[in-house]
Parts: sequence; structure tokens; C-alpha cells
Amino acid sequence: MAIRVVMPKLSDTMTEGVVIQWHKHEGDRVESGDTLAEIETDKAVMDLEAFGSGTLRKILVPDQSTVPAGQLIAVIAAPDEDITPLLAEAGKAPQPTAQPTTPPSATPTPKPRGPTAQPPSDLATKPPAVEVKASPLARRMAEEAGLDLAMITPTGPGGRVVKEDVEQALAARKAAPAAAVPAYEARPMSQIRKTIARKMIQSKAPVPHFYVTNEIDMERALTMKAELADRQAPIKVTITDMIVRALAITLTRFSQFNASFQDDAIRYHQSIHIGVAGLIVPVIRDCQRKGLIQIAEEARLLFERAKTRRLQPDEYTGATFSLSNLGMEDVEHFSAIITPPEAAVLAIGKIAQRPVVVDGRVAVRRRMMTTISCDHRVVDGLQAAKFLQALKHELEEPTGLLLP
Amino acid sequence: MSPAELLELYRQMLLIRRFEEKCAEMYALAKIGGFCHLYIGEEAVAVGAIAALRPDDYVLSAYRDHGHCLAKGSDPKRVMAELFGKQTGLCKGKGGSMHLYDIERRFMGGYAIVGGHIALAAGVAFGLTYQQQDQVVLCFFGEGAVPTGVFHEAMNIAALWKLPVLFLCENNRYGMGTPVERASAIYDIAQTAHAYNMGHSTIDGMDVLAVRDAVGRIVTEMRLTPRPYFLEARTYRFMGHSMSDPAHGHYRTKAEIDEHKKRDPILLFGQQLISRGVAGADQLKAIDAAMQTVVQEAVDFADQSPPTAPDELLTDVLAP
Amino acid sequence: MPELLYREALNQALREEMRRDPRIFLMGEEVGFYNGAFKVSKGLLDEFGVRRVIDTPITEAGFTGVGIGAALVGLRPIIEMMTFNFAILALDQIVNNAVKIRYMSGGQLAVPIVIRGPGGPSRQLGAQHSQSLESLFCHIAGLSVVAPATPRDAKGLLKSAIRQNNPIIFIEGQELYSTKGDVPDGDYTIPIGRAEIKREGTDVTVIAWSKMLLLALRAAEQLARDGISAEVIDLRTLKPVDYDTLLGSVRKTGRAVIVEEGWEFCGLGAQIATDLYRRAFDAFDAPVERVTGYDVPMPYARHLEQQALPTAERVIEAVKKTLYR
Repeated sequence: MAIRVVMPKLSDTMTEGVVIQWHKHEGDRVESGDTLAEIETDKAVMDLEAFGSGTLRKILVPDQSTVPAGQLIAVIAAPDEDITPLLAEAGKAPQPTAQPTTPPSATPTPKPRGPTAQPPSDLATKPPAVEVKASPLARRMAEEAGLDLAMITPTGPGGRVVKEDVEQALAARKAAPAAAVPAYEARPMSQIRKTIARKMIQSKAPVPHFYVTNEIDMERALTMKAELADRQAPIKVTITDMIVRALAITLTRFSQFNASFQDDAIRYHQSIHIGVAGLIVPVIRDCQRKGLIQIAEEARLLFERAKTRRLQPDEYTGATFSLSNLGMEDVEHFSAIITPPEAAVLAIGKIAQRPVVVDGRVAVRRRMMTTISCDHRVVDGLQAAKFLQALKHELEEPTGLLLP
Repeated sequence: MSPAELLELYRQMLLIRRFEEKCAEMYALAKIGGFCHLYIGEEAVAVGAIAALRPDDYVLSAYRDHGHCLAKGSDPKRVMAELFGKQTGLCKGKGGSMHLYDIERRFMGGYAIVGGHIALAAGVAFGLTYQQQDQVVLCFFGEGAVPTGVFHEAMNIAALWKLPVLFLCENNRYGMGTPVERASAIYDIAQTAHAYNMGHSTIDGMDVLAVRDAVGRIVTEMRLTPRPYFLEARTYRFMGHSMSDPAHGHYRTKAEIDEHKKRDPILLFGQQLISRGVAGADQLKAIDAAMQTVVQEAVDFADQSPPTAPDELLTDVLAP
Repeated sequence: MPELLYREALNQALREEMRRDPRIFLMGEEVGFYNGAFKVSKGLLDEFGVRRVIDTPITEAGFTGVGIGAALVGLRPIIEMMTFNFAILALDQIVNNAVKIRYMSGGQLAVPIVIRGPGGPSRQLGAQHSQSLESLFCHIAGLSVVAPATPRDAKGLLKSAIRQNNPIIFIEGQELYSTKGDVPDGDYTIPIGRAEIKREGTDVTVIAWSKMLLLALRAAEQLARDGISAEVIDLRTLKPVDYDTLLGSVRKTGRAVIVEEGWEFCGLGAQIATDLYRRAFDAFDAPVERVTGYDVPMPYARHLEQQALPTAERVIEAVKKTLYR
């Protein structure tokens, strides 16, 4: 019985993925669980494993191809099995002579992995021609404006270019100075960049943001961090870990910030899952049940895997609150965009020595600016101020972070 | 009745007979399509009943309607042209065999949903009463329509509101292949009228004079005192239910048909005319020949008429 | 402009038309002495007498057939269905006689008949008394179907229906009888076959009729608070559909949501969606969304009944879907 190998759909937002490199070749014997290829989804790079055993009879897309989720990309079958119907279904011309031995020309040439190892021309090479999906209106608008649909970033479902996308493209074109030489280089976006683009546009327009900022004295937290570093040799607790723990405590009290505005109702989540933003947002789950050390340990593992893009889908989805820390990048303070359907996101600036008045005298203290961005449909300014006060208290009197 | 009137009845029955025979022939030649239900054997009912009406009285019929339409005075040419689906047909070829209409002659249509038109007949009578006119409505239907719901609704309404409509049941014994005793709980169909406190009687539908006399009496009374009446005419069809089925088969024998053919209404009436001295055999033969000519002319006319114009497809859906 | 109940507006239309033309009569169950099951014919018996306001036995097929027969000899009947649920009993008369006689007779006859009465689901009346059947009638070639939503439209459209010369199904909203609205004084008509934009907007076209218009307007109000501008069109005449108005709106908004209370499958909304696509394919930025009743018989229990029918929330959801939000 032939086994279909398809581009897996690994998250709700995933519409397409990239086959980075095949690890098996046509004709190879594969066992269930073997890694067939490396694929890049909109969140991570993952191994694509075989669901059954047999011979890898046909590879339908070469390395570095972008493929819609669900599309057939390879076939595993018995060596003598007729797989032409499957291939025909995939829209490829079935080869009447199809045998386990494949013509050499079809054998994929293994390429070194990683974008840096690729010749630059590969960047411009388009994936195998996929017809651009667009709404009829967007199609007409693009045609009238002389825009290439393929160059417009789609935000509609299934990667459909919709009216708004064309309008964006038109606005961008207007903004760009008219010149004989193109003022830009159009580069295909990575899967992750596409997802972020889509997510963020879904946030800023429909979600009414507001922002509240305050400053937190981090002296005691830093002292505690240093003491912990001495005691817990194998696990290094970071300021981020401490903020996550402080957030967990604060969110337990202010459940309205651990919420989503969805379908005209506000959902208050039972669990606190905190996403810690980078390009990918690893999610530390059930923070309300975890102590500082456990958080620190989990965070370290997640960040390591995120760095190598080895996160599993459930490790980067489902956050109920997000934290974005740009302190290490020398940022004073900033505001973040909420990731729907979350109700808020906390932005952290750098910890800097600042002059402050303590007991009537000017003193130098290490302090940190925090800004919370909130969905105004869910919470109000006063609540946000109270929330920040509570968070400030947890970090300025950090002993509580150690309590179970 | 004057000899001329009697001969006119004979002429009309023969016209229908020859017309229907020609229809069978034309159907076989595929000049006529669809369903085609012939009236052969039942001519005395239509001719006798309609002869008792005034020209401005109204007639409605079911799907076996060629005879009623011709008896009401429609031009055989235009009836045949209708069956041929021609522009010159009564309804420009949009009605067909089961839906003949000739409003000028107050022939208000043939209807092919069994029982459905009986309520319409009551409605026409209601409309006449509403406008204080003295015409009556004659509604033909087969005994197969009597068990339908709408028949009973219409009977009740007509009796309740005293509408001048004569419900004339042509009991030809078979609703397609089902004999009356297998379809109706009451064999004596006219008894149905008891339920609506309505006058009723049963007559020999093979005797054109009996039909004419009965309808004449009923209609005269109805014009003086508007109220409906139920008349059952016992008759018999000599052909199959339609052109698509044989005259006899599992449901009835050839012997049964032959027995009834001995009481062929045209045969009976011809013998009567001769025995009463109204006409000689030669004269009757001459009428027959004349009718054959009329029917042939109708076929020629239909044949030569242009097919209905294609743009007629979309006209006559809505009145302006 | 005086404010009238929907039922009063209909009553005015009947009264004024019957005064105008003696060929018009009203026939149906309980229209006379009982003053109408929903009091639409209140007082008409007193003014016009038993000759023109005629109580019938419970015989929908019978009295509908009688009405059609009367129309064949020059009268202008108005046949009241106590509710449209019972019109199913008269379907043969309507489908096979009323709308076909003109055609079958090659134009020799006309059937100017109005078949009117309340339709649409009503609170907890259960499966047989609570349903929308307009799509069923819309399917019949030669039949016009009207379903006004406001008292003003009800009066103006009923007058037009009575004055035109063909069979017409006039569905009054059973739950609209007690709604109020401004109704111009005296004689006026609203043409058959004209939709009306009941609320202007730019982002999405919401098409509705009868009671669903009120739902669509409620949804539009809520959408406005989210910054979404919905144009709400009251179809008013369901057949023939006023495509000019619909297309004009859709070409402006690029999106359409069709709200109907009846069942989804083969519902009028499906036809409208197809026609809009065919005539203005490149106007659409998103597929047409439909909000309909569920394809089940109407349950009795209130909470189940509410689930079976369209809600403002479902309309809002559909609108947002067309806006990719």
C-alpha cells in the first residue's frame, strides 16, 4: 500500500512550507520514523518523518521548494507497486516506465544546508510556479494598476491576495520615489517573516491598543540574581526568568490581562502561558504552577531549541500573554504590538544606571523601563497602571519570586 | 328537437370520432407528441351536455379534452394545429393535447392534474355569481377524480355557496387501469353528492339524447335557482388510457371492450335516427364523409402552418 | 407622517384598494367575522359585506382554486392564507394553475391574484407552524414573490401587488405585524421589483428581507462600533430580484452577506450569490457569505429555536469573514 508523503500542516497559521533538504533519495529503503527531509514551517525547521516503511519511490519537489500544506511531495511504496495513480493525482505526468530505479537526472543533488551557503542567485529563484491566489477584485485592481500579483504580500486566507493587499502595494509604490532604477530589491520573504507580517497586520488595525509605561528599580532583583548564580550553579536565572515569574504572580491577581477578546466575548484563560518574544516566541506553559527555577530551566531549553529552530508547534503557540525584552539591545524603552488574540504584551527596556531621589538624596540606581500594550476592548488604563504597580512591587521586593 | 338539431348532434359526434382516429394516426407519425388521450367511445357525453348549454356558458375539462373543445365549437383546424405544436394552434402550441383553451368559446381549458380543475370550475361559477351573471359552468372530470381531496373541497364550497356549476362525472369505469370498484369506496359514484346535500343523478352516457335532456333540465333549473348539481354519466372508452398503452391488457379484456362497442354511442344514435325516420343511411354516410374531409383539412392546415416562433418561448408568462 | 403598525398598514392597503375597485374581494379562513386571524382584515367585513369579504371552510386547495377560477372571469381576488404554512396544501393550485394558465392558453387568460398571509418562523410554534417558505415559491417560473419588512413598504407593495395582473405571493412577516413605522397618508404605491438601501455603507453589502432586515440593521449598528460600515439592502421583492441595486452596492463594497431565515440548501440567497458572481465577478474581494436557518425542522424549545435561526452575532461574524478579520 503506497504511502503519501505530504507537506504537513503543523499549525493553524501554516499555509505552506519549504522542503529545505531531502535526507533520503529516490530508491532508498525507509523505515517508519526515519527522517525523510528537513522542512521549514512558518515557525521552525523540523524533521519530516516517514509514517510507514517501504521504498522512497518518488520525490516530487526538489530541495528549497515552497509547497502548500497538504501537497503531495513524495511517495513511499513497495518496490514493484504501481504508483502512477498517486502521481497522476499530484498533477505530475506519470512516467509509464516508472521503476524503482530512477533516471539519474531526477536524482536530487544534495546541497549544503543553510541560507548562507547558498549562492545569492538562489534567493531570487522563485519556487516552482504556483498560481497566485487572489480575490477577483484584487486581481482586477492589480491588473488595472499594472501590479504583479506575485509580488504582492497576501494576507487573505490560504495566501489569497485581497483588496487591502493591493492597496498596500499601491501605497508603497506611491511612497517610493519614481526612478529609472528600481529603488528596491524584491526578496521573497521567509516563512517566518510572512507569518509575522500576517499576524501583525491582524493586530494593529483591529485591536485598539493603548500603552502604559513605568520604571522599576531593579537593584534588589539584580542582587538576588547574583546570589542565585552563586548557589544554583547549573541553572542560571536570568532577569527575563524573574520577569516571567513576576508576571505569573501578577497575572494570577489580574486575570483580565490573561484574556482574549474573541467573538464578542472576553475569554479569561485558566492557565498562564507566557510567550517570550524573539523572532520565534517560545511559550512557557502553565507559569502559575511553576517556581522560578523551573521557569529558568524550561526557558533555557526552549531558547536553545528556538535558536536552532527545533521547536515543536506546541512550544511556540498558545501564549496567553507575551513578553518582549529588547534590553540587551541597548533599548531604553519601546512599545510592542499585541499578538492576537492575546490581550496585552509587556515590553522591557535595558536596565540602566539612573539618578533617582532616594530618601531626599540623589542616588544612582539600576532601573528598567516597562511598557504594557493593552487591548482596550479588554482592559482599561487604570487597570493597566495597577498591573504595572503590582509587577513593579514583585520585582522591587523580589523575595516573593522565590516562594512556591 | 328538430331533425336539423338531431343531425347536428350526430355530426358533432362523428367529427370527434374521426378527429380522434386521425390523432391516433398522426401520433403514430410523430406529428403529435407527449401524452395524447383519446375520447373515442365517450362522444355522447360531451356532445349531449354541451348541446344543452348556451354559447356563453363556461366549460372546463380534464386532460382528455379534445372532444369537449370541439363540442364547444372550436375550429378543428386550430385544435389539430395545437396538437401539432404550431403557431396557428388554439394556444400557439404552448398548451398541447391536455391543455386546450378557447376563451372566445368559453372553453376554459383542459387540466392534467386529476381533480385540480374542479376547484377552478367552482371559482368561475363564483366569479359569475359575484358579477350577477346568469351563465352556468359545466365541469367535466373522470370518476378517477372523485376520490381526490380537492374534488371534495370544491363540492363542499360549491354547495355551501350555491354556485351554478354542474359537476359532470364521465364514469368510463377506469382510472388508467384501475376500475372504479378498486378506487372508490362508493361504487355508485353519484351517491358522493349526498355528503354535500347536492342534487345528483346517474344517466346513460352512451345515449346522447339522454345526456342532452338531463343536462338541459339541470341547467334550466340552475339558472333559475343557482346551486350545483352532480351528474354521473356512465360511459366507456374504447381505446387505451392514452396513445402509449393498448386498449386492453391485464386490466380489462378484449371481450369486455367488444361488449361495450355494441353500445357505441354513434352507432346507437345512427340507428335511432334511421328508425325515427330523421335520416337515411346514405345521409349519415354523407355526414361521415364530410367529417372525414373536415378532419383531413384540419391535418392539412396543421401541417402547413408554421411552427410556433421561437421567441414565443418567453411570451405569455406574465400579463402586462 | 402617521406611525402605524405593520398590520394596520396592510389593512389600509386592502381597504383603499377594495374601495377603488369593486372587482377586488378578500377570501380566506377567518377573514370576515373573526376579523382575521392576525387582524389584518379588521373591519373590512363591516365596510364591504359578506359578498366581498368571504370566510371559507378550511380548504386551502379549494378556496385558492376558487380564487383562480374567479380571476379567469375578470375578478381580482386576494386570497389570505392564515399562515403560509398552509399554502403548501394549495401548492398544486398555485403552481399548476395560477402561474401556468396564461402560458398554457397562449396568452388568452390572465390570473391577477394576490396570495397573501404571514410567513416566517415565529416564537415556539414548532416545526409545522414555523418556517420560511419563500424560496419554494421563488423557484416557480412565472410567480412573483414579495416580502415587505416595514409598514410603509407593506402598504405600498400590497397596493402594487393588487394592481398588477399576475399571480403574486405576498409574504407578510408574522413577527412584524406589531412593529411600527411611518406610513405616508393616503394612496401611494411601491413598485414591485425594487430593493431599497435601508442603511448606507461602504465596506460590505448585507442583503436581507422581511424580519431579517431588522436583524441585519441591528448587526450593522454593532459593526459600526467596530469601525465597519455595512450597507443594508432590503430586497422587498424576492422575485424578480432588483439586481441593479444589488450590483451597484456590491461594486462599491466588494463584499456581500446574504441573510435569510429559511433553510440554506437551495435558498434564495444561493441564487442571488450566483447571479452576483456571474454579473460582477471581479467586484468581489471575498466570497459571498450566507447566514441562514439551519437545515432542520424548527424545534419547539426556545433555546433550540434560537440556535436554529440567524442571529446578529452570526451576521457580524459573516461580515468580518468577508473582511478577512
